[in-house]
Amino acid sequence: MDADLLTEPDDKIELKGSGIIAAIKASGIEFILSVPDIVTSGGLLRPIARDPELKLIRVCKEDECIGIASGLSYCDKRALTLIQHTGFLDSINAIRGVAVEYGQPICMMIGLLQHDPYTTPRNSPRYGVRIIEPILDAMGIPHHLINEEPDVAKIKPAIDDAYAQSHPVALLIGRRPSAS
Amino acid sequence: MMKRDECFRVLARHVTDEVIVSTYSSAVDWLHLGERTLNYFSVGAMGLDSSHALGLALGRPGKRIICLQGDGSLLMNLGCLVTTAAAAPKNLVHIVVQNGTYEANGGHPIPNTEVDFAAMARAAGYAHVHDFSQLANFEQQAAHVLKQEGPVFATLHVEPSKPLTYDYPNLYDPARRKALKAALQSS
Repeated sequence: MDADLLTEPDDKIELKGSGIIAAIKASGIEFILSVPDIVTSGGLLRPIARDPELKLIRVCKEDECIGIASGLSYCDKRALTLIQHTGFLDSINAIRGVAVEYGQPICMMIGLLQHDPYTTPRNSPRYGVRIIEPILDAMGIPHHLINEEPDVAKIKPAIDDAYAQSHPVALLIGRRPSAS
Repeated sequence: MMKRDECFRVLARHVTDEVIVSTYSSAVDWLHLGERTLNYFSVGAMGLDSSHALGLALGRPGKRIICLQGDGSLLMNLGCLVTTAAAAPKNLVHIVVQNGTYEANGGHPIPNTEVDFAAMARAAGYAHVHDFSQLANFEQQAAHVLKQEGPVFATLHVEPSKPLTYDYPNLYDPARRKALKAALQSS
C-alpha cells in the first residue's frame, strides 16, 4: 500500500475522502487545480485523478491555481484549488490581489501538513499551521475546518456562498482523509 | 529590433472576438489601440497573466484566448509553461514580449536578458513555438500564428519603450471585469 493511503497510525477517527469528493461534486465543482499535498494525496487527489466527472489540472506552483480559477470563474466554471498550507502561504500575494481585492470566488481546500488533528489549528504543534487561521482572518477570508465527518456538510454551503457572493473561501483539512 | 506598439498594431489587424489578457506595459500599449470588452487586465499579481489565460482557455474552449505577457512576468511564473503545455488548450496563444527589462518597475534589467523563452516553451511541450525579431517577418506570420492549434507560443523581441503612463485605476476598474464576465457568459 502506498504511504499516502494510510491514515495516521494513532488516529481513531475516520474522515472519508469519498464523502469530501461527493460534497465537492455536489457543489458544482468541475475543475480541480492542484499541487500534491501528503495530507490529501491518498484520500482526495488520487481518487480525483481517476474520476471522470472532475477535470484535474496539475500545476507547478500553487499561485497558478489562483489565476486559473479566476479565468474559469469568468466563464461560469467552478474550480477548487487543492493544496497544502505551505502552498497557501506561498500564494498569499496572488490570493490578496485576485481573490480578496478583486473579490473572485477562489475556493481553496488546504491540507494542514503535520497538524495534530486532536487540537485546533490555532493550537497546532506546527508553527506553519498555527498561523493559517489568523492570516485568513486578517485577509477577511471565510474558513472552515474539515476535521471530522460532520464537518463535510460545511463544504457545499461554503462553496455555493463563495460563488454567490463572489468571495474566496478556505476549507482546512485537519486530518488525512481515508481512501474509502 | 521591433517595438512593442508596432507589433501590437500588427496583432490588432487580426484580432476580432478573441479575449486579450495583458498587464503592465503590454496592457497600456494594447489599450492605446482601442477599448474592447474582451480585454482582461485584472491579473492581480505579476506573473499570473498566463495562468488567468489558461483558465479562460479551459473554461471557454470554443473561444480564442491571447495572452500578451512581459518577460519579467513570465520569469515570475515559469512553471506555467509546463502547466499550460500539459493542459494543452487548443485555443490559447501565449505571446511573450521580451524587452529585457522590468519596464513598469523602473526599467531594470531582467536577470538574463538573453534568456531563450521560445526554447523553454518548446521544451515544455507547446504545440507550436515561434520567435520573432523582425517586424516584416511578424507581419507576414501573425495571422498564421493566431490561428494555429494551440497551445501556441511566440516571443516578440522588442526594444524598451518610451516611458509610459500607467493608469492602474482605469486598467483595473471593476466595471471592466463585470463587463467581461457578462460578455463571456452571454456569448
